[in-house]
Amino acid sequence: MQKLGEFKLPPFFNYPPYFTLQPVRDTRDKQIQLWKDLILDYCKTQKVFVIGLEEEFPLFSNPVIERSLTHEARETFLSVLVVEGRAEWMDKFHRKCLILWHRIEEWAEILVQFARDNGLEDGVVTIEEIRFGTESQGTELQGIDRTILNRALKILEQKGKLVVFKGTSTDDEGVKFSL
Amino acid sequence: MSGNFLPAVQLTESGRPVLQPNEIECFYLSSVDLLSEDEPSSIPFPHLKSRLLILTTHRLLCLPNSSSPNSSGAFAVPLAAISHIFSHKKSIKSMFASPRIRFQVSLTPDGRVSGNGSRSVVATIVVRGKGDCDAFLTKFWENWRARAWEDDGPAPGSSSGSAFGSNSASASAPASSGIYSSDGTVRMVGVAGILRKEQEMWESTDKSLQDAFQDLNALMSKAKEMVMLAEKMRQKLLSGSTSQTNASNDEEMGTKEEMQDWLLSVGIISPVTKESAGAMYHQQLSRQLADFVKVPLERAGGIVNLIDIYCLFNRARGTELISPDDLLKACLLWEKFDAPMFLRKFDSGVMVIQNKSHSDEEVFSKIKVLVTKPEALRAGISASDAARTLGVAPAMAKEHLLSAESMGLLCRDTSLDGIRFYINLFTEIDQDDMHLVKDHGVYASWIRVNHAP
Repeated sequence: MQKLGEFKLPPFFNYPPYFTLQPVRDTRDKQIQLWKDLILDYCKTQKVFVIGLEEEFPLFSNPVIERSLTHEARETFLSVLVVEGRAEWMDKFHRKCLILWHRIEEWAEILVQFARDNGLEDGVVTIEEIRFGTESQGTELQGIDRTILNRALKILEQKGKLVVFKGTSTDDEGVKFSL
Repeated sequence: MSGNFLPAVQLTESGRPVLQPNEIECFYLSSVDLLSEDEPSSIPFPHLKSRLLILTTHRLLCLPNSSSPNSSGAFAVPLAAISHIFSHKKSIKSMFASPRIRFQVSLTPDGRVSGNGSRSVVATIVVRGKGDCDAFLTKFWENWRARAWEDDGPAPGSSSGSAFGSNSASASAPASSGIYSSDGTVRMVGVAGILRKEQEMWESTDKSLQDAFQDLNALMSKAKEMVMLAEKMRQKLLSGSTSQTNASNDEEMGTKEEMQDWLLSVGIISPVTKESAGAMYHQQLSRQLADFVKVPLERAGGIVNLIDIYCLFNRARGTELISPDDLLKACLLWEKFDAPMFLRKFDSGVMVIQNKSHSDEEVFSKIKVLVTKPEALRAGISASDAARTLGVAPAMAKEHLLSAESMGLLCRDTSLDGIRFYINLFTEIDQDDMHLVKDHGVYASWIRVNHAP
């Protein structure tokens, strides 16, 4: 079984046509499905939140068969994710893509659960602690992307479940829950 | 109907007349009637209605009109049997009626058309269609006087013909024109006839001498001699290659093959031209094209690029080249008389001529076999690989691969080496579990081949 780091690659990863954007519509649809699932799977397990189209992304190349996805192919597959709400373009030139293997709403739920699990229904915690603190070790929140976290917090703030307050520096930003 | 009165004409599959050696078509008239206005009708001259009349250097062919080419209805009047052609008398009556051309045909005593007959009958051609009657009449005179059936050729510039040396076909009877036919019997009856013949011969010889040096038509007759030469050389090559042992070197064999191909392309003596066919041009062209295309089509494995046929066909015609537009129109007419080939346009825009027997299903199953072989599972196939298996040109093979791809049979792999095709595995991969591989099936075979230790 081939691996990319710790990630187990499926057998068709070595199928050369997998790396060529197929022109025939039905075939292409199937190809897109497979890439979509593969990208989400990989990003989730490897905790990848952002994909830069102009950078090397290990999933998009296979040195064993000497094939890489073209820029057009990468953009096509990521655009499909964007349409389905599983990703967002971070700039209008489509150079960077934010991957949402959990949608923002799902992250919000995870935050709420995190607060409950750690007795923080009325508590205060810093952003740093959410991202890298001991409570979040081993959870999905560990290492979460700032942008995603901010968006999730904003949703919860609008629902009145918490308040975000700024400290003296960005490192001091914190959250007061009121669940 | 006319039984053995008029000799029958053999037709090809597409309804084109089979010509005698050296016979060249000169004029077409459609919708004509052929009958005899003589009394009594003890002479059973048939009344043939609504026919296609083709004037050649040797005969007057009378074919059924267009759609039903069964040879039971095709007859000919050999020009050799015609003893006189009447000139066209213009009168008030003739302006309103369909133009008529009359000629005298000689018959044997038991009523068969023959050059040496003792009886005669006057036949009439009634031109009901739109043909140019005067032009036809002129050509009719010309051909009749030229007496091409005596193997002489219309241009007595055969002094330059003998420079080709081994023209054994025409070497037999130099200038056997005159009042005696080649077997020695007298041709015409009556002194007046003889004198008239002589006169006409002198006139035509004179005219021909001039024509030979000025008219492009003379080139046509030269072309005929060239083709005879080519045929002789071909015979020599054929006999040469069979008698030689395999010890002949490769270079020799290569040039021999080249010679053969070149000779094959110099095939057609009698091109259908706009002049000779008029409104029937595209129809006759279409039939001639259908006959011509059969051989190159078979050699190319049943499918040929249209551009290649354009080149081959024009090359064989030599003069009177056809335009691409004419070629296209001719191909499109094939469905009207059920020709065994058809024009096809691929999605890429490439146009080909394909044999009806060279079907897509057959091609696809061959491709499937090729693409599931271990080497193909490992590395895919290219257009040249497919060309070798299918026995067609690489460009044609590529078109087939592209159609197979659009049918979902194949997938493409684009790289610096170009495009290669693999069997489509996407349909075999489970959408919900990307690691799942069924035990049997092509996906499993592919994995076996690619992950073998």
